[in-house]
Amino acid sequence: MAIKVTHDLHKRRFGRNLGVGLLLAGFVAIVFGLTIAKVTSGDFQMKPATSSAGQN
Amino acid sequence: MSDASINASTLREDEAGFGDYFALLKPRVMSLVVFTALVGLLAAPTPVHPMVGFCAILFIAIGGGASGALNMWWDADIDRVMKRTRGRPIPAGKVEAGEAMVLGLALSGFAVIMLALATNILAGAFLAFTIFFYVVIYTMWLKRATPQNIVIGGAAGAFPPVIGWIAATGDMAIEPWLMFALTFMWTPPHFWALALFMRSDYDDAGVPMLTVTHGRPATRTHILVYTALLALLAVGAAFSGLGGPVYLAVALVMNALFLRGAWRISRRDETASEADNFRAERSFFKLSLLYLFLHFGAILAEAVLKPFGLGGW
Repeated sequence: MAIKVTHDLHKRRFGRNLGVGLLLAGFVAIVFGLTIAKVTSGDFQMKPATSSAGQN
Repeated sequence: MSDASINASTLREDEAGFGDYFALLKPRVMSLVVFTALVGLLAAPTPVHPMVGFCAILFIAIGGGASGALNMWWDADIDRVMKRTRGRPIPAGKVEAGEAMVLGLALSGFAVIMLALATNILAGAFLAFTIFFYVVIYTMWLKRATPQNIVIGGAAGAFPPVIGWIAATGDMAIEPWLMFALTFMWTPPHFWALALFMRSDYDDAGVPMLTVTHGRPATRTHILVYTALLALLAVGAAFSGLGGPVYLAVALVMNALFLRGAWRISRRDETASEADNFRAERSFFKLSLLYLFLHFGAILAEAVLKPFGLGGW
C-alpha cells in the first residue's frame, strides 16, 4: 500500500490519538473535580482528637 | 518521502478508528444503563453531591460498556453469523478480538476501582459482580446452554439502578430491588419479541433461544405469561416507596397497552405474522422500549417532586 503524506490512515490515527488525549484530559478534570467535591463536602475531615487535658 | 513510524507490511486499509473502539462498549445499551442507574441514584433518599453523582453514573456506564466489550470478544464467532450483529467491530474486521478483551478487562478494573473511590466500596463490589454476572454467567455460560438464557441473563441489565441507589446511600433497601425486578421481568418479553421477528438469526448461530428450542407458539405464550406477571409487579410497585400518582397513572396505561400487545402476539400464528411482516411483534418490541423508559421516568418524576410535597403518596 502506497503511503502518501496525508493518507487516510494518518487521519484515522490522528483521530484515535486525539480521542485518547481528550479522554486523559477528561480523566484529570474528573479526578480534580471529585477531589474538590469530596474536600469541600467534608468527606475527608478528620475526627477531632480527644483532648488529653481532660483525662489528667 | 518515507515515514519511519509506519511499517508498510503491517498496514491495514480498514484500521480501526476511535469510533470503532467506542462501538465495542455498546453505546445503546450504555444509554439504558445510564438512565436506570441515574433513576436509582436520584430516587435514593440520601442527597448526593452533583459531582459525585456524575462520577458514579459515568463509572457505572463505563463498567457496563466494559462488559459489552468482553461480550463482543467472547461472542465474536456467533456475531459473525447473525445479521443483527454482523456489523459489529470484530466481525467487521476492524478490531481484533484480543483488543476487545484487553479493553474490556482494563475498563472493568478502572470502572470498579473508580466507583468504589468516588462513592463507596459496596457500590464498587456490586458493579464488579454485575460485570462478572454478564460476562461469565450470561455470556460464557447460560447464553449457549439454556433457553432460559434471557431470563437469567436479564438480571445483569437490571443491576444498574441498584448500583445507583447504593452509590447514593451506601446501603440496601427494598426500593432498588423493585426497580431491579421491573427490568428483570421486562427483559424476557422484550427479547422474545425480537427473537420472533429476527427469525433465523439465533437459529443460524446455534443460540438456544426459546424460539429455537421450544418453538414459536410456545414463545408467544411465554411472552403473554411474563407480561402478565410484569404487569402485576409494575402496578404493585406504585404502592411502594417508589410510587405515587404519576407512577400509578403511567403503570396503568402502559401495562394495559403492553398486555394488549402480548395478547395479540399470543393469538397470532406464523402465517398471520408473515403476512404483515411481524407487525404486531415489531410494535410490541418498540412499545417495550417506551414501557421501560416511562416507568423509570415516572419513578424519577416522583423522586424529583417529593421535595415540593408533590411526589409519592
